[in-house]
Amino acid sequence: MDEESTYTLEFEKPLRELQKQLDTLQSVSKVSDVDSAKEIQAIEEKIQAKKVEIYSKLTPWQRVQLSRHPKRPYSLDYFERIFSDFNELHGDRRYKDDAAIVGGPAFLDEAPVMVIGQQKGRNTKDNLKRNFGCPHPEGYRKAMRLMEMAERFNLPIVTLIDTPGAYPGIGAEERHVAEAIAVNIRDMSTLSVPIISIIIGEGGSGGALGMAVADEVMILENGYYSVISPEGCAAILWKDRAAAPKAADALRFSPADLIGFGVVDQIIEEPVGGAHRNYDQAAKNMKSSIKDALKRLNKKSQKKLLDDRYARFRKLGVFEDQAAVS
Amino acid sequence: MALFGKPQYSTVTVKKKDIPKDLWTKCPKTGEIIYNRVLKENLMVVPNSGYHFPLDARARIESLLDAESFAETDSGIHSLDPLSFNATASYPQKLKANQKKTNETDTVISGTGTISGQPVSIAVMDFRFMAASLGSAAGERITRAIERGLEQKCPVIIVSASGGARMQEGILSLMQMAKTSAALARLSQAGLPYISILTNPTMAGVMASFASLGDVIIAEPEALIGFAGPRVIKETTQQDLPSGFQTSEFLLDRGLVDMIIPRAEMRDRLSILLQAFGKNTASPGEDD
Repeated sequence: MDEESTYTLEFEKPLRELQKQLDTLQSVSKVSDVDSAKEIQAIEEKIQAKKVEIYSKLTPWQRVQLSRHPKRPYSLDYFERIFSDFNELHGDRRYKDDAAIVGGPAFLDEAPVMVIGQQKGRNTKDNLKRNFGCPHPEGYRKAMRLMEMAERFNLPIVTLIDTPGAYPGIGAEERHVAEAIAVNIRDMSTLSVPIISIIIGEGGSGGALGMAVADEVMILENGYYSVISPEGCAAILWKDRAAAPKAADALRFSPADLIGFGVVDQIIEEPVGGAHRNYDQAAKNMKSSIKDALKRLNKKSQKKLLDDRYARFRKLGVFEDQAAVS
Repeated sequence: MALFGKPQYSTVTVKKKDIPKDLWTKCPKTGEIIYNRVLKENLMVVPNSGYHFPLDARARIESLLDAESFAETDSGIHSLDPLSFNATASYPQKLKANQKKTNETDTVISGTGTISGQPVSIAVMDFRFMAASLGSAAGERITRAIERGLEQKCPVIIVSASGGARMQEGILSLMQMAKTSAALARLSQAGLPYISILTNPTMAGVMASFASLGDVIIAEPEALIGFAGPRVIKETTQQDLPSGFQTSEFLLDRGLVDMIIPRAEMRDRLSILLQAFGKNTASPGEDD
């Protein structure tokens, strides 16, 4: 990978500078007899230290930028690395196939599972097909069809969440995207097989929740899960989309906050600098979290699984009950 | 160039202070001026045009339930400020201002009562309170109303109106969608009916959860109902929106809404639906 071009975000500027110095030194040492090994080593160490410094204390807004990084691994990148023999199944059997959601049976080592993910595009052409990861109602209906199939054949379900939100379009409204999401939320709460949902990038509001009513909800270290995009929140409350960093702070969606609120059960660590710097490592971490969770969930009886899932969401919310106090 | 110039209109200015605010209201549809007293007697519906103004939750309950039958529940559930949310105004300040304005503690009023003698568990959203946004307190009141239906084996009615999730409660607001919908799944499994009534406007997170999940979905005439707001859709797609887009009538035509019922007829129609679906509330056969 071309290291220099990977430091593209504003807060990665110091790294970009150091990398430039390193590249210059390396190219000079190649064509001259000057031994710059020591200098090169010094800069490499500096880069490493700077990386740790920058990425260990990211602000919520910086995490949002990482979660949207154009080189970030998407659902299919993880499917390929975590599961074997993924067979994509298409269509909602009602209207069409929505390429912003992909899914089908696959194997986790030996065990069959149903995997479903929200899928962004890697380039412009791909993004037209994937609609930038913004699903239409048929995507949610396809996901539900596959999840019901999983229940019928007793396969655990793994969903990967990565969407800015469900698509705000005319067709989406005409075909009732709100209803499609609502039905998924309701029906996922009663599926009798284990469900694991992992937010791998953007967890955009209802569009994310429509595939994330699970027994265990996890998030990658640099993912975010929010009721509204920081830009949307900024536009409404500050009347200025540029206030997005402020909104990102106010919305309290850092992984630690999400754990504190009980919305997320586990944070999956990413390679230093973000999942896009090492797909294999990110996938490896995720795979081990999935396997551990399945071990836990497979021990539960069907009744306990459903009772626990209901209780998990039932208790979410912070309010005061004055009747209970008095 | 003066040939087809701008016609000169004389402008008549009516100063706002000349119209006593509390006596008259202008119909947004026809411009007709109506006595507020007449409007109130007519459940906030303009008699000539049929335009439905928002109805506050208590008046709504009075319009639907048998007289004196309403017993309010869960009024002790109040919003807190879990995010310590501070934008242009702090969340507690906003809550206080809305409580003062509406004389209600939050967006949802809930309880039990009867319609033509048939018991129901009911929850009603009040748009005046922070655009009836769905926060933890509202989500809890709605969930308890659904669970009360389950306990008492009676039908559940939810009258929705909402701008969507309550941003000031962040992700916890989103989770209310899951909480309420999961409770509805249990209600449905128990064979108990749920009637969802959509009023102007019902949007976003509320529409993407309990409001869309009625066994029967009723809309008031000309309500705005949808997921994304029309302005957002226009900006995203750069397309003109079809006429009547996201209205009750549009959604009846597109197959989401079961029926459109004017406010004045709502109680009678509910009564009949309850007779049809609400009688047989014995639990379905156990198969395991």
